[in-house]
Amino acid sequence: MSTTQNRIETTFENLKADGKKAFIAYVCAGDPTMDGTIEVVKGLDDAGVDIIELGLPFSDPLADGVVNQMAAQRALEAGATTAKVLELVREIRTFSSTPIVFFTYLNPIYTYGFRQFYLDAIAAGVDGILLLDLPPEEAVLNEELCGVSESLQQIRLVSPTTPASRIPSLVAQAQGFVYYVSREGVTGEQTTLSDTIASQVELIKSATKVPVAVGFGISTPEQARTVATMADAVVVGSAIVRLIADSGTGGDLRGSVGAFVKPLVDAVKSV
Amino acid sequence: MFVPETLMAALTELDLEYQKARVDEEFQGELARLLREYCGRETPLYLAERLTEKLGGARIYLKREDLLHTGAHKINNALGQILLAKRLGKKRIIAETGAGQHGVATATVAARFGFECVIYMGAVDMKRQALNVARMRFLGAEVRAVTAGQATLKEAVNEAMRDWVTNVRDTHYILGSALGSHPFPMIVRDFHRVIGVEARRQILEREERLPDLLVACVGGGSNAIGLFHPFLQDESVKMVGVEAGGDGIVQGRHAARFQGGKLGVLQGTKTFLLADSDGQIELTHSVSAGLDYAAVGPEHAYYRELGRVDYVYATDGEALAGFQELSRVEGIIPALETSHAIAYVLKQAPKMKTDEIIIINCSGRGDKDVEQAAEYIYGKSDRLEE
Repeated sequence: MSTTQNRIETTFENLKADGKKAFIAYVCAGDPTMDGTIEVVKGLDDAGVDIIELGLPFSDPLADGVVNQMAAQRALEAGATTAKVLELVREIRTFSSTPIVFFTYLNPIYTYGFRQFYLDAIAAGVDGILLLDLPPEEAVLNEELCGVSESLQQIRLVSPTTPASRIPSLVAQAQGFVYYVSREGVTGEQTTLSDTIASQVELIKSATKVPVAVGFGISTPEQARTVATMADAVVVGSAIVRLIADSGTGGDLRGSVGAFVKPLVDAVKSV
Repeated sequence: MFVPETLMAALTELDLEYQKARVDEEFQGELARLLREYCGRETPLYLAERLTEKLGGARIYLKREDLLHTGAHKINNALGQILLAKRLGKKRIIAETGAGQHGVATATVAARFGFECVIYMGAVDMKRQALNVARMRFLGAEVRAVTAGQATLKEAVNEAMRDWVTNVRDTHYILGSALGSHPFPMIVRDFHRVIGVEARRQILEREERLPDLLVACVGGGSNAIGLFHPFLQDESVKMVGVEAGGDGIVQGRHAARFQGGKLGVLQGTKTFLLADSDGQIELTHSVSAGLDYAAVGPEHAYYRELGRVDYVYATDGEALAGFQELSRVEGIIPALETSHAIAYVLKQAPKMKTDEIIIINCSGRGDKDVEQAAEYIYGKSDRLEE
């Protein structure tokens, strides 16, 4: 569809030229409100975040821990809809060119209509999509997406339980980056990192040239720095979402998010 | 398989192992022996003479799954799956439960085979099925309350899946209905087929002909698919699944997916479900915790599309009337889930000829529902008397 290079690819190319790793932040769209998310995104931009994963809230987020479940619930209760989240991205694009990846579940997209959703997301300025409950075996059946999926990059997941023999087929059509789920479990902060990250990332890298991001359970600058030595990008979600929850709707959301995320970004950039 | 990547390997492994077990005589032999000696199969096919006489139409038979060990059909599947878990070398069992019958069945087989067992149950369901919570605890299972969302079956499934994602290497998830990702709907169906296989043989022995109508309640739809499946090729046999109509077909007040539902993807499977225009799953309601769920088993959606099975609904009030009628006329107190099937037959049997035959899957007994039903029935009449 589009001949211009995808923002995710450009971001990783520029970082590679500078010898830097990427920091990816996850937040839930509409949490605490749509206007609040605008402030959150500005705070993420202030902190120097490279890519934003934007959760499109779903009522039954079965791969998410309680922090992200509550964020989705707050967003839905505050009136988030698929159309409003797309509108939110259009508004973000008036002040930010940070790549945006939708992070969501299948049913809202299925209900909207795959092809229409992809077209509308691309038009709004979304760069990639990660569907947690859509393994590639099912995705390739989706002929509707022919011709549009190049512009909305398909982010593939690899998990610690993925057999080594399965990795090549999983990442064969990977676009943007491969998301390595660093531990068995749902999203959420952890006190310790899994000790298999480095070897698994190596395994993925031997099968694809696409950058590898590592997420799930990373919440402190120390953890972020450690993971950055092993991968191309580090994802932090629940820790930021928790801060947003604690901040509520009043106060300087942009300032508090920026101040919280800056040390995480700096830790990744120090590698 | 619409599941997170972490579960893909486990589902593939389960599928492969099940394909082996399916044709393994030793496995099937052990299952058959335990179904017989431990669970009490085969269950009787009972002619409900007084109900038949009272309704004045078709002859009504009850397939007495309520007489099985633990009080419902659920143990057929729980037993089959724990034998699979043993083959897979798993050490720990988890399950979700709505009415608590699947939780009790799972806790029972976990005790029998010495597995650690955790049952996820919505906090609302724990209150309305308190007896079953106590039973699970007696059996050594840990019952974990799920307070998210509306705190019923759907949330319990979410939480069980989160546990499975976290502990997949040593844990088997005994899914309790014909739901979830492949291969679960197939496995659950196969372990419940014994219901229909027996019923078919029993009715042929007894009446020397096939029945005209099969009726079963449908939440996820495990008891229904178990009864229906062995009759699918018998074109003369009509089949009706009865969903929970709750307070009537008003958004958020029922669980009849084929009334106002649409295709979607939930908890690993693509099927008919109750969702809003944005694909957010809607609230459901039913007097029966076991039918109070937003999605229906995918195979039911398929047979409905083919026109092979019809799906109707019974409201809470109709189900409670069915509950009382079977209790008073036949001396059998059915589960509130089963009462939905009874409710349909109360309406349908009088319209049929006296030489026609209905088989109802009497899927569970109502002991667990005594407190809740009393509150509905006598609570209301007490107020009326005032």
